[in-house]
Amino acid sequence: MTEEDLLRRVAALLAEHDTGDRTAFLRARFDAGLAWVHFPEGLGGLGAPIALQPVVERALAAAGAPDNNPRRIGIGLGMAAPTILRHGTDAQRARFLRPLWTGEEVWCQLFSEPGAGSDLAGLATRARRDGDDWVVTGQKVWTSSAHTARWAILIARTDPDVPKHAGMTYFICDMTAPGVDVRPLRQITGEAEFNEVFLTDVRIPDAHRLGDVGDGWRVAQTTLMNERVAIGGRPMPREGGMAGVVAETWRQNPELRTPELHDRLVRLWVESEALRLAGQRLRESLAAGHPGPEGSAMKLAFARLSQRLSGLEVEFLAADGLRYGDWTMRRPDVVDFTGNDAGYRYLRAKGNSIEGGTSEILRGIIAERILGLPAEARVDKDVPWKDLPR
Amino acid sequence: MSQSLVDTDVETQLRTAVAEVLEDNPTKVDDLDGATVWSALRAMGATTLPVPEELGGQGAGWREVAVVAEELGRAVAPVPFLGSVLATAALLRATDDPHAAEALRGDATLVVPLSAWPGGPLPHITVDGDRLTGTVRSVADVRGTLVVPADGALWLTEQADITPVTSLDRTRPVADVEFSGAKAVRVAADGAVEHALRVGAAILAAEQVGIAEWCLDTTVAYLKQRYQFGRPVGSYQALKHRLADLWQEIVLARAAAKAAADALDTGEDAALLAYAAQSLCAEVAVHAAEECVQLHGGIGMTWEHPAHLYLKRAKADEIALGTPGRLRVLLAPLADLPA
Repeated sequence: MTEEDLLRRVAALLAEHDTGDRTAFLRARFDAGLAWVHFPEGLGGLGAPIALQPVVERALAAAGAPDNNPRRIGIGLGMAAPTILRHGTDAQRARFLRPLWTGEEVWCQLFSEPGAGSDLAGLATRARRDGDDWVVTGQKVWTSSAHTARWAILIARTDPDVPKHAGMTYFICDMTAPGVDVRPLRQITGEAEFNEVFLTDVRIPDAHRLGDVGDGWRVAQTTLMNERVAIGGRPMPREGGMAGVVAETWRQNPELRTPELHDRLVRLWVESEALRLAGQRLRESLAAGHPGPEGSAMKLAFARLSQRLSGLEVEFLAADGLRYGDWTMRRPDVVDFTGNDAGYRYLRAKGNSIEGGTSEILRGIIAERILGLPAEARVDKDVPWKDLPR
Repeated sequence: MSQSLVDTDVETQLRTAVAEVLEDNPTKVDDLDGATVWSALRAMGATTLPVPEELGGQGAGWREVAVVAEELGRAVAPVPFLGSVLATAALLRATDDPHAAEALRGDATLVVPLSAWPGGPLPHITVDGDRLTGTVRSVADVRGTLVVPADGALWLTEQADITPVTSLDRTRPVADVEFSGAKAVRVAADGAVEHALRVGAAILAAEQVGIAEWCLDTTVAYLKQRYQFGRPVGSYQALKHRLADLWQEIVLARAAAKAAADALDTGEDAALLAYAAQSLCAEVAVHAAEECVQLHGGIGMTWEHPAHLYLKRAKADEIALGTPGRLRVLLAPLADLPA
């Protein structure tokens, strides 16, 4: 598969299908194998190198074709899809991937629980076998898109009598099924981009199990690995992130500048530029077939810089830093870290070092998996889950 | 943007070749003689990389120079590489002049304090006809033809009193250079000093990456084998997190240094990226060296362990060619961030 092949296929797609009907066009694009070119034929791809995807995106964007609004369906694209592709049955792949990609069906992720955050494998949501179904009861939390989602990827405990990693199973959960109760989870910004999801005797057919019974942890690794890859994966122009927003505030307000703030700002600007360049370096290594471990550094640095920059902006704004846009409870469709006002950015950035793996967990991963330092003593490793203190 | 921020095959080969020389001739705390390493580098052409072939050099780019600097930093090698970079960068701006071209073929020193920064003030040298008078303190790697900035030009001379001083960083000793009516040849070279200091800042960033990487690698290795309270000390979270943070800083520093070296060759954003890389890498190297000493505990404080060579080099490098704060002041207008 070459760039020319792809461009020919894009041209054929555009010739045969009207770009005015969004859903129809996206379905046709999927069927033409131009959704995610690295996926297999028949599942929206052509088995082509992932590095060729930007060729398709650029060509279609240039033609003014509609996209699938990837930010709205990020969890489906970034987490559910690779997991279904890798661990799903043929029937599951055929049923779920196409509407997932076109955005006709939104996905969410039912992993974290009030009692299982960093220690995800300690989760307590129970799934009990009942005939051809599983019956699921428990509570999930920090679920983005749960209120718009048609489907969820779910991990639940199917065997409490074995050590925690061994007793979990991975499911696809119908968010419209009886017993699924979605409640907004209001956060420090005032809005609710996340949800709590209460599951009470929710029936999931065994046909919606992903992977073997008891193999949920291994299946979840595919999901979580893809979550981390997604961070820092996109090329960014200089000042493309929080640094650009704060730099612009600086430029607009000469009367508020002080030498001390100036030095801090320039320092953070430099680090942001270095982070951007590190992302470019990482993508180059990936494209050359040498995936480096730098992705973990990207997220750690991103969280730190977002927080420092947004904190500096509020401080810089002085009198205006005392004000806040809107504390009204809202349900945003997409999350924009750099949107809204400075106060929002400052508060939302606090989540950057918590969501998708806390910075503390990330440092542990870097220390053990990249630097090869000895692991923490794990007292819960060989104890049946039901006997763990909680 | 077509710049590549990973090593080319040629750069990888060069890196390996330099690393082999340094492995065979490790820096010894009590014998800081780099002559063997320097002649090996000279023999492989690593000391004249950016000089065009017709002037006796290799016709390579600054990216290759940065690769050598990084490996020399990793070994804290006591060789006059940075000094040669500064002199070369200055003289390359004046190759139309036969005296400058001739100086490029031999050893040369740009006579500025190592603490000078691009566009900053320089010690005053009085020019009287073709005679120079004045003193320049803390000049690094003094050897060969002296290239003296004075009166808006470069002056080449070999007449000076050179007084080595006791240096904080003994692997890159500095000396005071005094001219007392030294007879010199004038070479016109507009902006050569500022350019050379900027090139030096970008190359120094690569050296600092090498220093930081050695400090991290060495500390990690030590913490794996040092046992206290019945466990390797590297299994304690308090230490692991510090090293993870350091590793993350180095990931950023490495990208910034590579981009700065690349920009010297393409000319695009060269000043901005040089100041960004140097201000960042200087602090990362110092942090790495300080962590290295601290996390080695008592042994890190001894003369015997090489950690102090890296600490002293890192601290001297932080001052060299502009302190981080000074460079951020230079960078700000280039990034449209007015004070």
